[in-house]
Amino acid sequence: MSEFVSTTITKFTSVFSAIAFFFIVLGILFALAGRANGKKARPIALVIFLAPSLVLLLAGLIIPGIRTILFSFMNPDSNDWVGFDNYTWMLEDPNVKTIMVNTILWILVVPIFTAALGLLLAIMLDRIKHESIPKSLLFMPMAISFVGASIIFKFVYEFRDPGEVQIGLLSAIVEFLGGTPKDWMLSKPLNTFLLMIIYVWTQMGFGMVILSAAIKAVPADIVEASALDGAHGWRLFRNITFPMIKGTFIVVLATGVVGALKVFDIVRTMTGGNFSTNVLANEMYSQVFVQFDQGKGSALAVILFLLLTPILIYNIRSLRMERSHS
Amino acid sequence: MSNLKIASHNPGRKLFSSKIATVVVWVTTVIWTIPTLGLFVTSFKADKEILNEPWWVSLFNPNFTLSSYKGVFFGDSSESLSNGVLPYFINSIVITLPATVFPIVIATMAAYALAWIRFRGSDFIFFFIFALQIVPLQMALIPLLLLFTGGAHIGSVTIFPALGIAGDFAGIWLPHTMFALPLAIYLLHNFIASLPRDLMEAAHVDGANHFKVFRMIVLPLSIPGIAAIAIFQFMWVWNDLLVALTFASGTEEVAPINSKLASLVGQYGSGKALFITQRPLKVIHQ
Repeated sequence: MSEFVSTTITKFTSVFSAIAFFFIVLGILFALAGRANGKKARPIALVIFLAPSLVLLLAGLIIPGIRTILFSFMNPDSNDWVGFDNYTWMLEDPNVKTIMVNTILWILVVPIFTAALGLLLAIMLDRIKHESIPKSLLFMPMAISFVGASIIFKFVYEFRDPGEVQIGLLSAIVEFLGGTPKDWMLSKPLNTFLLMIIYVWTQMGFGMVILSAAIKAVPADIVEASALDGAHGWRLFRNITFPMIKGTFIVVLATGVVGALKVFDIVRTMTGGNFSTNVLANEMYSQVFVQFDQGKGSALAVILFLLLTPILIYNIRSLRMERSHS
Repeated sequence: MSNLKIASHNPGRKLFSSKIATVVVWVTTVIWTIPTLGLFVTSFKADKEILNEPWWVSLFNPNFTLSSYKGVFFGDSSESLSNGVLPYFINSIVITLPATVFPIVIATMAAYALAWIRFRGSDFIFFFIFALQIVPLQMALIPLLLLFTGGAHIGSVTIFPALGIAGDFAGIWLPHTMFALPLAIYLLHNFIASLPRDLMEAAHVDGANHFKVFRMIVLPLSIPGIAAIAIFQFMWVWNDLLVALTFASGTEEVAPINSKLASLVGQYGSGKALFITQRPLKVIHQ
């Protein structure tokens, strides 16, 4: 126990000295650079404010990104060129085919469910009393990590042999309804969808809260005017409310696509990628850190990046539009 | 008329009647909460009962104990938990605090420069950083790990020595800081750019330089934005698994609680022993 106390003290000392060191360096830089005046003052300030970010982005994202692209054309140890071998492997390997199908399923099903359910609840929340209670309960899973959520759902999906008492909620419900429970994590293709439920369970609250805020921000006079003109119910929603929150809805959808593409924790915790549930991000990790094949791992990372580029292009276009309007 | 007035406050009104909305929302809320409730109830059950009795039965047949919590905090007989999870819990705090402070401060500085020290190319840099948001972590993982363990070389010339921080706390703070920057800069830029121009100009007229303006005006006024982003960054780092698995070894010295949780699941597989330790872990974790 005393050893635990002493290592804990060491750990916290390192945290606070790291943070203190960081602020002292910044303070000294600010003080020194602040003394510069005249023509040099502006460029010096610019460098001190901007350089840390640029250096970190260069060293942490840009150069590694380029090296990953290069690695994807190299052998497992990244010391010899192999051309497109790592990419043709993807086309030939039947496992990769399953992975691609699963990944595409994830990016189609998960964002639509997350956003649609979030929108539905956001609309309904707007119409009830005491909305803050259900709202915070629905948002709560968002604070749980994917690993934690997976553990919670391992319990829901737990299966016992027929005849024993089912301690998993899903099995118990199926039994109650007169069906026969089965080992859910082994039954494909259902297992992939059961994993998706975990993702939707944690992330739906995010979409709901953002869409709810967007709905509340629709100007009251516009709604009032259209109500006077006879727009009610579904028509009011379709012609007035939805167009006004469309931008937010697309942001929620896009966030869902990005998240679903990168999903790794859930698959890893629930099935380890076995039983035909594997996805791109998990396979990338396995190739690099289990098979020690940096070439194939990098190629998978590049595919992951390419799948995200449409969203990147869309984001940049809408940011441009936004900026040109203001 | 009164009906119309309510409608003006509730654009979604009339789409569903209020009663249906209430029922649907509350039913969904209950369904959404049940899995967590199951975990919560299970965490107070004795080991044997966890495996033999569904938690919803235990609810009506209460026989609760704190033994799981004791095992988790102070260790139990099983090998993987001989010292409990407290060291991992502390690692999580040790990782998360600097990994939140560093990127937020650095991003605030960059956001200020891009918003208020305009220069040729500042728009381009802003768009570029915005675009970097979409680059998946996976793209940077392998080269970054190589950089930490082996340094950077061109041919046989070492242009950067091995940092030697792989498996160290600094080796986890740094990637988290790097990966957090694009989003943090973008969001903080939006916030800082909307501060009133008059205020900045008045300060400059009074002789304040950029550093003074940043400290005395920008920082205090950006606190709401900074706080919101810091909370998200905190949650992100706390719940992260990929960076932790890659840059921290799984040991008691540096591994955060989330990767310990994941490895416990791995060790027990879907075996029955899983439930002995998982439940209470999750409750404190959250």
